[in-house]
Amino acid sequence: MLNQDARLSPNVFASDNEKVPTRDGFGKGTVEAGKADSRIVVLCADLAESTRAEWFKKEFPERFIELGVAEQNLATVASGMARAGKIPFIASYAAFSPGRNYEQIRTTIALNNVSVKICGMHAGISVGPDGATHQMLEDIGMMRMLPHMTVIVPGDAEEARKAVIAAAKTDGPVYIRFGRAATPLFTTSHTPFHIGKAITLWESEKPKVAIFSTGSLSYTALTAARMLSEEHIGSIVLHIATVKPLDTETILAVARKTGRVITIEEHQRAGGFGSAVAELIAEQHPIPMRLLGIEDLFGQSGEPEELLKHYGLDALHIRDAAHALLHI
Amino acid sequence: MLTDNEIKELESHARDIRETIIQMLVAAGSGHTAGPLGMADIFAAFYFHILKHNPANPDWEERDRLILSNGHICPVLYASMAHAGYFPVKECLTLRKLGSRLQGHPERVRLPGLETTSGPLGEGLSQAAGAAYAFRMDGKKQHIYCLMSDGEQQEGNTWEAAMFAGKNKLHNLTAIMDRNNIQIEGMTEDVMPLEPLADKYRAFNWHVLEVNGNDITAFIAAVNEAKGIYEKPTLIIAHTIPGKGVSEIEFDYHWHGKPPTKEEGQRFLKEIRTMNGKVPHEYA
Repeated sequence: MLNQDARLSPNVFASDNEKVPTRDGFGKGTVEAGKADSRIVVLCADLAESTRAEWFKKEFPERFIELGVAEQNLATVASGMARAGKIPFIASYAAFSPGRNYEQIRTTIALNNVSVKICGMHAGISVGPDGATHQMLEDIGMMRMLPHMTVIVPGDAEEARKAVIAAAKTDGPVYIRFGRAATPLFTTSHTPFHIGKAITLWESEKPKVAIFSTGSLSYTALTAARMLSEEHIGSIVLHIATVKPLDTETILAVARKTGRVITIEEHQRAGGFGSAVAELIAEQHPIPMRLLGIEDLFGQSGEPEELLKHYGLDALHIRDAAHALLHI
Repeated sequence: MLTDNEIKELESHARDIRETIIQMLVAAGSGHTAGPLGMADIFAAFYFHILKHNPANPDWEERDRLILSNGHICPVLYASMAHAGYFPVKECLTLRKLGSRLQGHPERVRLPGLETTSGPLGEGLSQAAGAAYAFRMDGKKQHIYCLMSDGEQQEGNTWEAAMFAGKNKLHNLTAIMDRNNIQIEGMTEDVMPLEPLADKYRAFNWHVLEVNGNDITAFIAAVNEAKGIYEKPTLIIAHTIPGKGVSEIEFDYHWHGKPPTKEEGQRFLKEIRTMNGKVPHEYA
């Protein structure tokens, strides 16, 4: 059943629940953080409308900096601004930032250890019709490999807003991943959010399998948990927004309780969120796992829902993975 | 205007810096020789005349910012910082050794006084532009200097930065390009031609000056002129001789990325100490 302490949206399973893209949380969050702290600046590379950087620009035009189509400059100008006392948020599509400017991020932000917040929009397969070039599926892996880097994949727009505000208050480099498609708002303003803390969304009485999810697929994980409960299969859904540093304590506690783990993410299976969890489980508490993600493929054009289903990232695939782990 | 004595003093600092560069490269057994020697005069001008800085308090808020983009010439940066009093000169001999604060390419978090981490080329100008933009937003008076190489003008990121600085008329930014005409594989104009560099930057809305980068007086005059330009950032193309001070390696691109052996080092040091034979005996 739903974890009451998570204070989730009351109509979380309603068919008409509200859907908002997580990038809206970036827009709201930067405006709120910008009001609280005048050091915050937003830099954008010709994508102010679709990244929602425009919302900050309207509120604080003098603190919005347009770089043009130049993502390498986006990262390095931000690094210089951070060294001059600003807290820059850089916004572009994840395919270009950190896709295009990875070395600049590595050298001038991560190794240089400066407080730049890298905001990768339109990440994942659910970008939809734009196709493979714009569907960034490698960013979590790229960013979590960098020392000093914190990596956050918010579950919905409300959590994205909180993640932006929390990142503004955190020293050092942070990567936040956002999506293009409207996805269910399952958290509320009362749902706790702390960098590095996972939250339990669902816990059955006798859980036999854990579903660890990140990003908006946590809602899909919830749907799968309900589906499994109808089959009398108990589960725990742990939403892990912070991929780095992982909430190792909570993850291991849940793994010990269930003895079986499924991970799901809108990312390559190799190197991403599931890999991060697997590294921990393999060393600390080896148990059977199934990692759901993109199977070493590039995406293609299509509608978000179609693509998620096509690439095996829907509730039915989670249920099948649970059956496999339980030998059903 | 500099007095004759001031000029002599700066030239003497440049000589000390060159001497330390040779010593540290011999001790390290790897590293870059030509660029650091060629830039010793400009670094002496910065650390002993131009920069507003405080070696005893490297984080002093009001300091000018000197951002080294082509991190591989860091021996000249370390030697200059040491002679200016940031750390003991003898620490220079730890260059490239395990645990040293003097990394093969500069790492800001390891050594107070470094403004950034650099090595991968083409990234310093945009960091300098970002800092200049931020300081101007806050009405701060610090001047931002970016030292870069000619080879890294082949990087796309450099031109993204040039466009940004030109658009925003960053008058508090002065870039200095070490135009020594060499890069690892050969002469720049053979590897990938850069000229006409001055016209290119002018087209990007920069004020451009050209100067003999081994003439300290002329270089300081150019920096002063740059400070008088309000509507544009300034680029000083400093024509330098790679390997300057050691006649047998001057303009030889093979010396871009290798250190002198112990024997070569002794020979080079003798030439630097005797000022090319002008003084009859080496001092100590």
